[in-house]
Amino acid sequence: MKRVLAGVATAVAALALTACGSSDPLADDPGGDGGGGSTETIAIGSADFPESQLLAEIYAQALEGEGVQVSREFNLGSREKYFAGLKDGSIDLIPEYTGVLLQFLNKEAPEVEPEEVYTALKKVLPENLMVLEKAEAQDKDAVVVTRETADKWNLKSIEDLVPHCGEVVFGGPTEIQQRPDGIPGLKETYGCEFKSFKALQPGAITTKALLDGTVQAADIFTTDAAIEANDLVVLEDPKNNFAAQNVVPLIAKDKASDTVTETLNAISAALDTETLLDLNARLNAPDKPDYSDVAEEWLAEINI
Amino acid sequence: MNIDWPWPWLPANTDDIAEATSEHLYLALLPVLVGLLVSVPLGWAASRWTVARGILVPLAGVLYTIPSLALITLVPLMLGTQIIDPLNVQVPLAIYTIALLVRSVSDALRAVPGEVTAAATAVGYRPFHRFLTIELPLAVPVIVAGLRVAVVSAMSLTAVGALVGIGGLGRLITEGFLRNNGVELVAAIVLIVVIALIIDALLLLAGRVATPWTRAQRGAGATA
Amino acid sequence: MNSAFAWLFDPEHWSGPTGFPARILEHLTYTGLAVLIAAAIAVPLGAVIGHTGRGTFLVAGLSNGLRALPELGLLTLLVLLTWVGLLPVVISLVILAIPPILAGTYAGVRNVDRSAVDAAHGMGMRGPTVLTRVELPNALPLIIGGIRAATLQVIATATIAAYVSLGGLGRFVIDGNNAGAGSPDGYPQMAAGAIAVAVLALLMEGLLELVERVVVSPGVRNQTRARRAVRLRRRPTTDLVENPT
Repeated sequence: MKRVLAGVATAVAALALTACGSSDPLADDPGGDGGGGSTETIAIGSADFPESQLLAEIYAQALEGEGVQVSREFNLGSREKYFAGLKDGSIDLIPEYTGVLLQFLNKEAPEVEPEEVYTALKKVLPENLMVLEKAEAQDKDAVVVTRETADKWNLKSIEDLVPHCGEVVFGGPTEIQQRPDGIPGLKETYGCEFKSFKALQPGAITTKALLDGTVQAADIFTTDAAIEANDLVVLEDPKNNFAAQNVVPLIAKDKASDTVTETLNAISAALDTETLLDLNARLNAPDKPDYSDVAEEWLAEINI
Repeated sequence: MNIDWPWPWLPANTDDIAEATSEHLYLALLPVLVGLLVSVPLGWAASRWTVARGILVPLAGVLYTIPSLALITLVPLMLGTQIIDPLNVQVPLAIYTIALLVRSVSDALRAVPGEVTAAATAVGYRPFHRFLTIELPLAVPVIVAGLRVAVVSAMSLTAVGALVGIGGLGRLITEGFLRNNGVELVAAIVLIVVIALIIDALLLLAGRVATPWTRAQRGAGATA
Repeated sequence: MNSAFAWLFDPEHWSGPTGFPARILEHLTYTGLAVLIAAAIAVPLGAVIGHTGRGTFLVAGLSNGLRALPELGLLTLLVLLTWVGLLPVVISLVILAIPPILAGTYAGVRNVDRSAVDAAHGMGMRGPTVLTRVELPNALPLIIGGIRAATLQVIATATIAAYVSLGGLGRFVIDGNNAGAGSPDGYPQMAAGAIAVAVLALLMEGLLELVERVVVSPGVRNQTRARRAVRLRRRPTTDLVENPT
């Protein structure tokens, strides 16, 4: 009897210690205190791709430097998710891109020029949200090919690709099959219809598929470090199919204090496309540094 | 494009790895424990009554057949949870454990020789006491075998949750994949396999300790 | 709930290269390919090990060890090592399918009634002939049992092929997840995909059960059942877990 109990106890303990010993690690940290008092608090969110996390981390550290208490809710996944968070107050601030945000709020939005997109965006935002000043930095969608393909077919712009579209397997994130400036847009604006589409996660996988020849052209974002690193060719978009995508802080109006606004605007002022490309390159360095280190380094460089 | 092997990532991220591991254990092991506790009475019912067996065993078979990603996706529909609720992984794992173990418990209890239970009753054991001290211990080898399968499967199935945003070591797998980080990816795989095998060995040991009479037996009674 | 079924039965989702029929076909193709290749490897291997009794450590070791291997990890690793395409998916699925078939074949050959083997020897059959003429046919129920288990395992795992840009029913789950919960192509699509793959798995299980009944000769089938019943009465066996009927 004792032996049985001993054995069973060992087994149960083995399971229980490992299972119960860890507290629920998936519960969110409550983060900063709720409002009031002399300390400002703000909850910053990010999407689940590296650039978004980096920008969010930059906002976070800059605001902490100004004495604001920051809680980080990174890796929130899709826009649906974090927009809901903005609406119900679980997050207050997130780095966004003018074009996709506009299209998210107004599926038919025709604007593509940076200023037009920004103005239109300001008009369709919900009551409690606002965007601060946009950065010059843009991270646009683009049709990208390898150097070999560009040489083989003499490609400089998307127009040059049109005669070959029928033999091209195109790769990109799932959404561009639906987005107005994605596959439908390329068809309408340029008359380009691809042979087939392959859904690829943005980043290393898309680059790999392009380099391996699994796809002959791909939707790669213009600030992706892989473009430079792999000598990829970004095809020009003379008919402006792809909407402008200026980086912009999306924030809850009641959290946009003077301190917060000034700090974030200063960041936006210092952020141009070159810089964003450089920051992404640093993130992509062989030793895969942490977002917080890259953010810290850059903020020190621009004295914020 | 080749896979990167940034070895420095490993020492630099031990905190993250530890957190992912403890998340993973919480996601994988708690349901197995719960499943075990539920399976004993259910298995006992199936061993005793043909009707119960007639319902539970086929039901278990059906549930076990449903693919994990399907169950993980459908739990929010059934329970009204959020998409990234840990329960979405834990409920399917508990279901799989129960589906696996009800059969084991039932078969094991039914295999207890009639003479033994008769003798126990004759000596004066009350039914529940007899169950606890005679039948259950005799059923332990088979139950432990089933439990080992359940735990090891749970450890590897939990990773699938990462596809819908439910963490654990699966998150390191998807992150390593998306950032072309071979070190992160392999580290996650190795941790899952090694921890699963360690728990498997511990359970095997526990089973042996609890059933010394099987060691005296020659033959395939309690093989690994 | 309604929206999931609405998405599932929407006729628009049943046509074209991205509709359910196409995805089901892709899914079954990956499965069939993997199980076929795995069987081609595991049945001969299991038969030889079972017949000669050598290398049994392989059977136990592979079954245990590979059960602990996370499919998602294996698949993504292979993609990074090779390319985005069918190859890494098939390799992963084959690796997953081998253990049940190996274990089933080994158990089947091992457990063939010794008297049948003796009779074969008595009739003058040599080793390989005994294996092919006597042991394998008698082992058929367990071999098929192993193939069934492997098929179900592969159908389940093939859903994650969509994560590495392939097709199959997992496509709906992955795409739906990317679209975001609130969108009409978000959770409803995920749930529709999940229901479809669950139904496919169940249908496949039923089909294979029928196949097993048809293929295994009645004499062998009843013999296995009778022997199993006898074993049950004697003592509990651990291989009941490995080979549930």
